[in-house]
Amino acid sequence: MYKIVYKQMLNPTVGLMKIEAPLIAKKALPGQFIILRTDDNGERIPLTVAETDKRSLVTIIFQIVGATTIKLGAMNEGDYLADFAGPLGRPSHLDGLKNVAVIGGGVGSAIAYPVAKGLHDMGAKVHTIAGFRNKDLVILEKEFAAISDELLIMTDDGSYGQKGLVTDALKSIIERGENLDEVIAIGPLVMMKFVAKLTKEYNIKTTVSMNPIMVDGTGMCGCCRITVGGKTKFACVDGPDFDGFEVDFDEAMSRLSEYKGFEENARNHACNLLNMKNGTVN
Amino acid sequence: MPNMSLTKNSMPTQEANVRNKNFSEVALGYSEDQAFDEAQRCLNCKNKPCVAGCPVGIDIPAFIELMKVRDYKGAYGKITESSSLPAVCGRVCPQESQCEGKCVRGIKGESVGIGRLERFAADYYSKTDNNEKKELSITKNGIKAAVVGSGPAGLTCAGELAKNGCEVTVFEALHKPGGVLVYGIPEFRLPKAVVAKEVDGLREMGVEIITNAVIGRTITVDELFEQGYNAIFIGSGAGLPNFMKIPGESLKGVYSANEYLTRINLMKAYLDESDTPAKRAKNVAVVGGGNVAMDAARCAKRLGAENVYIVYRRSETEMPARLEEVHHAKEEGIIFKTLCNPVEIIGDESGTVTKMKCVEMTLGEPDASGRKRPVEKPDSEFILECDAVIMSIGTSPNPLIKDTTEGLDTNRWGCIVADEDGLTTRENVYAGGDAVTGAATVILAMGAGKTAAQAILKKLKK
Repeated sequence: MYKIVYKQMLNPTVGLMKIEAPLIAKKALPGQFIILRTDDNGERIPLTVAETDKRSLVTIIFQIVGATTIKLGAMNEGDYLADFAGPLGRPSHLDGLKNVAVIGGGVGSAIAYPVAKGLHDMGAKVHTIAGFRNKDLVILEKEFAAISDELLIMTDDGSYGQKGLVTDALKSIIERGENLDEVIAIGPLVMMKFVAKLTKEYNIKTTVSMNPIMVDGTGMCGCCRITVGGKTKFACVDGPDFDGFEVDFDEAMSRLSEYKGFEENARNHACNLLNMKNGTVN
Repeated sequence: MPNMSLTKNSMPTQEANVRNKNFSEVALGYSEDQAFDEAQRCLNCKNKPCVAGCPVGIDIPAFIELMKVRDYKGAYGKITESSSLPAVCGRVCPQESQCEGKCVRGIKGESVGIGRLERFAADYYSKTDNNEKKELSITKNGIKAAVVGSGPAGLTCAGELAKNGCEVTVFEALHKPGGVLVYGIPEFRLPKAVVAKEVDGLREMGVEIITNAVIGRTITVDELFEQGYNAIFIGSGAGLPNFMKIPGESLKGVYSANEYLTRINLMKAYLDESDTPAKRAKNVAVVGGGNVAMDAARCAKRLGAENVYIVYRRSETEMPARLEEVHHAKEEGIIFKTLCNPVEIIGDESGTVTKMKCVEMTLGEPDASGRKRPVEKPDSEFILECDAVIMSIGTSPNPLIKDTTEGLDTNRWGCIVADEDGLTTRENVYAGGDAVTGAATVILAMGAGKTAAQAILKKLKK
C-alpha cells in the first residue's frame, strides 16, 4: 500500500498527488512513468513521474478522464493506493543538449515539467511553451517560470497568455533565429503530430512522449504498441520517448480511442452516483 | 489384481454448454472412488518409464501405490518430495507428452490418468489439511537468495531454496504473485485460489514476496548483490508478444493473447466490479494453435462471443496445445480453422477490425522443427468476418533485465544464456524458465527452477 501524502487540485480536472514510494523516488528520472492501481478492483494505468524528492515522495499529475482517474480524484491525503510500480520506461535522453524548446500541451505540461527542469539543472537554455484550452486550465506556471529562460503560455481562446497554438509560438522562436538543438513535445497526440510536422520543415530533431493505453507496463502484454519508422515498438520498454518524425500519429490516435465508450460510461456512472448523493436520482 | 480397464476413469466436467458461459473450473476432479479405482490401473512397473517422462522426476508409481491403499495424504507427500506445485501441475501439465506418454498401459488402451491422480492427491490434501499446522524446523544456512519473478520457475526455485534453509525474497513486477499462472492461465482451467494456496505455502516457509518490484527498473541485479543477496535466480518469464507483421495488426480490436488474457485473468475484466475493460466481441479469430490460443478462444466464448475461430496454419496433428484443451475447446463450440493462415486484417473507417483475409495451406516437407512445413495454396483467399483478432503466436524475451545487467549474456533471440545448472554468464546469477528457453511449459520452468536451486545450494552451502 502506498500512502497519498499530499493532494492538490491544479484545476477542476487536473490533480497533483505526492505518493510515498521510496524505491521509486530514489530511482526515477525525467521521462519515466509509474503504473498504479487505486484499489483491488482498479485497472492498471500509467502516469508519468512529475517530480520526486529523491528520498521518499513521488509526484504524479493526472487528468480526470476515465474510471481510474475519477476514483483517484476522489481519494484524499492519508488514503492509500493499492499498487504503485516503477520507475518504468527509458529516461529521456537529455545529455549534451544546450538549447531546447520544451512544449507541454494541457496535462502533458506535467510531464514536460521534469524534462524542462532536468535540462535547466544541467545548464541548458530552456524555452518552454505551454498550451491550454483556456485560463482556468493553466497549470504549473510558477514552476515553469522558475526553470525556463523563456516561458510562453498559449491559450486557444486567448483568455490567458497569448492566443494561439503551441506551434505558433514555436514557429516564432525558430523564425527569430534561435538555434535549437532539439524540440521536446509532450501533450495530446494531435499537438505532437503538428509540432513534428513544423519542425520537420526546419529539420530540428524532435522527441515526443507517447502515452498509449497500457496494461502491465513492464513489457508483457503488447497493448502499448505503436508504429515508429514502420516498425512495431512497445512504448513501455522501448519508450515512452520516440523520434517525432518517425511516429505514426494517426494510428496512435485511433488506438488511443479504443475504450472511449468505457470511459464515457465510467463518467456517466460517476455522475449518477454524485446525483444520487445529492438526492436527485436520474 | 490391477484394474485392467483399457480406458481411464473419465474426468467429471461441467456440461460444455453451461461452462462456456462461466469462468468456474471446467474439470471438476475425481471423486475418491474414481481416484481409488484409477490408481488400481497402475502396474507399478519396475523400470518406471513414466518417471523418465516427468521434468521434475516425481516418483509416480510410488505415489500411486499409496493411493491404492487410500493413503492420499501420503501420496501428496511423496509428490512434494519432487514437485512444489502438484495442484497446479495436475491441472496444466501436458501429461500426454510426458509421464502418460510413456505409460505402459498406453500401449494397449489409455495410459493411467497420472495427472488426474496427482490433482486428486493435491486437492485432497488441501481440503483436509487446512488446520493442521505444519512442523517447520528448517535450519538456516546463512544464504540470502533473491528470486526474480513469481511464476512457476520462481516459485519452485524459492520453495526449494527455503526448504533447504536459505533466506529467500521473491520480487514480482505485477501486483499479484503467480506469474503466468495468474495472468495467463484462465480461472476455468486453474482456479486462482489454487495458486494463492501454493504462494501461501511458500510464505509459511518464510519466503518473503515483494510485489510491484520490477527488477531492472525498481532495483537492478547489481543492487540486489549490494543489498547482501548471495545468489540471484531470474525467472522473469516469456516477455513481449510476437505479431505476424501483416497489415492491420494495429487496428482496434486486435490484441496479443497476453493482453487479452491479462485483462481477463489478472484484471478480472469479466467481473462487473472490475474497472478493466475487455471488448465483448461477436466474432473472434484467435491466431495460433498452442495452449495460450485455446485459453484465449475459450475466454472469448465465455465473454459472449457467438463465433470463435482458432486459425492455425498447420493441421490439428501439429497443434502444440494439450489434447485435453483442444477437446474442451471443441466441446465448447470453438470452430477450428486449421491449415489456414491470415494475410491481412481489415478494418472500417473508425480503425476497428471488421474482417480478416486468410489463405488455405497444405503441408509440405518437414522443416527445421521436424513438423511439416505449411505451404500456401494458390488462389485460396477467403474472408473471415470478425470484430476481434487475438494473436497467439509466441513471445520474445523481455529486455529489462538484460539491458540493465552488465555481463549477462543473451543469445540471438534475446533469451538469457544459462548452462545445464541454470548458471548464467554472471557469477552467482542463475536463470530458468521461459526467460531462458523462450515460451515453454509450466513444468519445464519448474524443473529449471529446481535445478538452479540445487546448483545454488551446492555452490554456496558450506
